[in-house]
Amino acid sequence: MADYQGVAVYGEARDNALAPITAEGLGIGRKLADTLGQELACVLVGASVGGLAPEAFAGGADKVYVVEDPLLKDYRTDAYVSVMEKVVKQAAPAIIIMGQSDTGRDLAPRLAFRLGAAVTMDCIELEIDTASKRLLATKPVYGGNALAVYTSQADPQMVTIRTKAMTPLAPDASRQGEIVKVEAGLDAAAIRTKVIDRVTEEVAGIKIEDAAVVIAGGRGIGSAEGFAQLEALARLLKGAVGASRPPCDNGWMPDTVQVGLTGKIIAPELYVAVAISGSSQHMSGCSGAKTIVAINKDAEANIFRHARFGVVGDWKKVLPAFAEKVKELLAA
Amino acid sequence: MNIIVCVKQVIDPEAPPSSFKIDAAARKAEMRGAPLVIDPYGEYAVEAALKLKDAGGGKITVLSLGANLQREVVKKPLAMGADELILLEDEAYTGGDAAATAIALAAAIKKTGEYDLILCGREASDTNAGQTGAGIAELLGLPCVTLARQIDAAGSALKVSRVTAAGYDIIELPLPAVVTVSNEVGEPRYPTIKGIMAAKKITPVVWKPADIGLETAKVGAAGRRAVVEKLYQPVHEGKCDFAEGDTPEEAAAALAGKLREAKVF
Repeated sequence: MADYQGVAVYGEARDNALAPITAEGLGIGRKLADTLGQELACVLVGASVGGLAPEAFAGGADKVYVVEDPLLKDYRTDAYVSVMEKVVKQAAPAIIIMGQSDTGRDLAPRLAFRLGAAVTMDCIELEIDTASKRLLATKPVYGGNALAVYTSQADPQMVTIRTKAMTPLAPDASRQGEIVKVEAGLDAAAIRTKVIDRVTEEVAGIKIEDAAVVIAGGRGIGSAEGFAQLEALARLLKGAVGASRPPCDNGWMPDTVQVGLTGKIIAPELYVAVAISGSSQHMSGCSGAKTIVAINKDAEANIFRHARFGVVGDWKKVLPAFAEKVKELLAA
Repeated sequence: MNIIVCVKQVIDPEAPPSSFKIDAAARKAEMRGAPLVIDPYGEYAVEAALKLKDAGGGKITVLSLGANLQREVVKKPLAMGADELILLEDEAYTGGDAAATAIALAAAIKKTGEYDLILCGREASDTNAGQTGAGIAELLGLPCVTLARQIDAAGSALKVSRVTAAGYDIIELPLPAVVTVSNEVGEPRYPTIKGIMAAKKITPVVWKPADIGLETAKVGAAGRRAVVEKLYQPVHEGKCDFAEGDTPEEAAAALAGKLREAKVF
């Protein structure tokens, strides 16, 4: 075990910059590395990602591993697992942090099995055990009804982190570090999947994961037309519309606006839950919101255990009057 | 096409949160008064298998691991239209992590000999880990696509639409393969009366660790790499400030007033 040292963060790119989840990974990674008195590395993998290294240094990394190859243009499991296995064998980090993203969800488990290690998925808290110096990884289980703290005796200790659960550092552009280039050494024939198409289903307007205000509806909204009323309120507050799982499963709203454990995990300033009962699985997606407001006809609904403000009543009557009053107060 | 679907018996995740209780000492949870069910994510995998069978025929074998597996629970996929049921059932299988579970499932899949496609749910509703599918693929040396929303067979290959944050990717891969299925695949069908009758007549095959060539030291709690140190329920303060009024409209206006006062908007 003594051979494994330091913390490594898997770097994801979004729009030619480091993804927010990577900045968050570097934030907690820095903390863990400092506690251990060891180094923090960032691993960048892609067709052309070396340019992100300064951003990784500014975010807290001491060292950046860069693996570039045209075969790494799209994320493909076989290629990325093979490359990450190579980097891990060279860098031998004690802890690997990835994001609980499309990529992390796919890459982390397969890499863990390749390495004979264990990964704890979707962590919301990470700390080093004072006595053993091992990683304590806390993650929601049972759809968010409970929290479990995991440890692993195998190295490297791997985790994925939940979106917005960790705090990034304020970027420090003066920070410098060492860049280590690693050859991908890929065999095109060994990459068995082929990405035929990438389809973007973004909804118009502000993205739900970036919105400061989210108005979300549940099963009780009853139809796609019902959601139009939520959209009117969202426009008023310059926010986005979200949904729990049933409206997406019923086709009233696109899957990309689903808030919850298996959808988007968001942390807006204001989250208005309309006709949402507040299952643990849904709350996993919005419990990071600063203020939760609930409108539900069932006074016993679980959502009121999480909400700061609420109204018990039929949303069809409450929502229009609420929107009207909000409009009036905004104009005042 | 020979399809193997892995499903798990779990406490009902749809039961009201108030019935959820933790046995902190045993690091296990239960739903008081709620029956055990087939994991809903696994049911989506069963539905995906049935869609493929509807389109191109084939045989669906359901595989489940655990102890004290309730026959009426684990037989539900049969009632939905699956053909065979293999149970890895033994006390020794309990308390395992993703590694121990995937190792046992992969060994059982190998023993069945004939498989083109292995389907799992995207994650289980109790551990919410989502590792078993990837683990089976790695252990069997197969390609794997996770988070499928649609699966189409095309000869000896598959076309899988995979959920992403922005939409979806369309991915092609050769068989045999592993695919994990997300809820976007569509609501699982209800068992039919005919299906329920047929399921009654099917006797599940039960394999102990020795039957799949595994020592008991490799399965369940003995074979795990990750350990649950602590399991607890987060506390929610439940300090909701209710806006009130004689009519819903008045209450709504009062709510807006409270939010404005608290500078929420």
